[in-house]
Amino acid sequence: MNEKIRVLVAKPGLDGHDRGAKIVARALRDAGMEVVYTGLHQTADMIVETAIQEDVNVIGLSLLSGAHMTLFKDVTSLLKKKGLNDVLVIGGGIIPDEDVSNLKKAGVSGVFGPGTHCDDIVKFIRKNVKK
Amino acid sequence: MYDKKKMADIKKKKAEWNKDCYSKHIKKHSERKKIFNNLSSIEINSIYTPDDISHLDYNQNLGFPGIYPFLRGIHPTMYRGRLWTMRQFSGFGSAEETNKRYKYLLEHGETGLSVAFDYPTLYGYDTDHQLSRGEFGKCGVAISSLKDMEILFDGIPIDKVTTSMTINGPAAIVWAFYIANAKNRGISKQIIGGTIQNDILKEYIAQKSFIFPPEPSMRLIVDTFEYGFKEVPRWNTISISGYHIREAGSTAIQELAFTLGDGVEYVKWAIKRGLKIDDFAPRLSFFFNAHNDFFEEIAKYRAARRIWSQELKNLGAKKDRSMLMRFHTQTAGCTLTAQQPEINIARTTMQALSAVLGGTQSLHTNSMDEALALPSEKAARIALRTQQIIAEESGVTDTVDPLGGSYYIEWLTDKMVEETYKYFDKVEKFGGVIPAIEKGFFQREIAESAYKYQKELDKKERIMVGVNRYQMDEPIEIPILKMDEKGEERQINRLKKLREDRNNIKVERNLANLKRAAHGNKNLMPFILDCVHSYATLGETCDILREVFGEYKEPAIY
Repeated sequence: MNEKIRVLVAKPGLDGHDRGAKIVARALRDAGMEVVYTGLHQTADMIVETAIQEDVNVIGLSLLSGAHMTLFKDVTSLLKKKGLNDVLVIGGGIIPDEDVSNLKKAGVSGVFGPGTHCDDIVKFIRKNVKK
Repeated sequence: MYDKKKMADIKKKKAEWNKDCYSKHIKKHSERKKIFNNLSSIEINSIYTPDDISHLDYNQNLGFPGIYPFLRGIHPTMYRGRLWTMRQFSGFGSAEETNKRYKYLLEHGETGLSVAFDYPTLYGYDTDHQLSRGEFGKCGVAISSLKDMEILFDGIPIDKVTTSMTINGPAAIVWAFYIANAKNRGISKQIIGGTIQNDILKEYIAQKSFIFPPEPSMRLIVDTFEYGFKEVPRWNTISISGYHIREAGSTAIQELAFTLGDGVEYVKWAIKRGLKIDDFAPRLSFFFNAHNDFFEEIAKYRAARRIWSQELKNLGAKKDRSMLMRFHTQTAGCTLTAQQPEINIARTTMQALSAVLGGTQSLHTNSMDEALALPSEKAARIALRTQQIIAEESGVTDTVDPLGGSYYIEWLTDKMVEETYKYFDKVEKFGGVIPAIEKGFFQREIAESAYKYQKELDKKERIMVGVNRYQMDEPIEIPILKMDEKGEERQINRLKKLREDRNNIKVERNLANLKRAAHGNKNLMPFILDCVHSYATLGETCDILREVFGEYKEPAIY
């Protein structure tokens, strides 16, 4: 694994809470990954398009509005439709426990809630990235 | 503040104490940390004495409550006269569900209302817009038209209770819904009271629910100022907010400096329009965060009042009412833990107490479950009860500014004033608040502080109980709010029916008039009111303004 892991940090939907996304973007960059941050207000189409263009290994979705069940799934199903099966998808935000297993079934491999140590995200990516 | 000879005696004694007592003591028993820094990275000394505040002049810098510079409070009697307004930020799902929650809270002793809107509403989209997908009612109530506003306040005495609405980009339109609803209920706009947040500058800086670019946004805001003091005199037409700046990760000093800087910017724009400062300034209000560092927060509120009165005086205000800063406070959502959620009650209590000791005019206390979901009924009730305990049991309301005169508090208050003016100078170098936003100054400052705070937590240099110390491995057992799954469908059907039933010729005409006015420079409030009275929706009205004003796109900085 000599090549740097490439990560897209994305903010789907209308949610403007970007503190977590920005912190994770910086932490991953400081851990030696290549990070692209989409900025706010991304549709699933925009996120998947950027993921393809930037040829990323990981997509990190951040949402604190509560719309994760709809918007995270929009991204994972579009990835499946486009055949991008080797992109690791992780997510974070205000996500109740009972939603986590559903999100995992839908292809969000790791879900990181409030209080997560940045290193745990780094470790998870290194362990699970497919490249 | 002290007699010179006495001061010399104190200094001498302090030097002796330092040499003979303190230094010897710490050689044997070292302190827990080499340096004690507060959340703004200000180094805190082991003790404060009159020596630390001898440069302050009591009458000039502290004074008395109810008179300039208002540092000790804006009313002569503060809570001895009247308690703060207990105003719980609340809203979820449909207007029907939220209306029920408001009645519940009022029944349990809440004394003011505060509306949380969902994301589509915050961005001026109707529930049936494609960008609203997945967001209906998720982090607030969906209000797409006057019809929804009627339902939201059905059976609530809006001639008696005041309402605060957290709405910014489309604030003028949502305010018009409220005014129109009152009118239809036969309640004069001279009587209704409340607040619209309407603070677009901090949207660009931190909260990010902006719609239009800065210039037209500022025009709309000044329109509401003007319409407000003339037509709706009991309404606060803006709530200049540091809360979201802090939640985005700033320090207390950045929150204070950026918020007050924004405040001065609004005043300048209104003066530039030709409004008289003593006409509109009395209706400007503020909104701060109550974070973890107890004394720093108290010092922040006190410093804010001193700076604001000074600045307003410098800008030409003559009336006391223009110079005194009234503010709402909310405890810090970002300090709540998803782990061991019940302990959030203790956090919130401390934070709420700091707001009260800082002299807040109204207060929201967070519910213990908010790092997991929107508050359940029980969690919201406990949060309200927390305020009632502070108000009725603790005794802190018996005197004005009880911490005034504490050497530490007075030193820290003055220090925060000083640091704020340093930030004012930095912003001035960018050419003002808006150029500084466009160059990403505030956004970078906040991102820096947020990252630093996270690193400190990761390294356990800062402790978050239950997160990086005293963790437990156990399932989280608190009930999570469930929303009515039919709410979205009902709302979409209501919109469809509304568009069929209303007089669409009238709607089109009113929207066309608004468009024409937006191209010119007349006050837009009367045109917006015509639109909403004819049941033009939020999305339709906003689209007209989007067409004329364009949309703001922010640079993505991290």
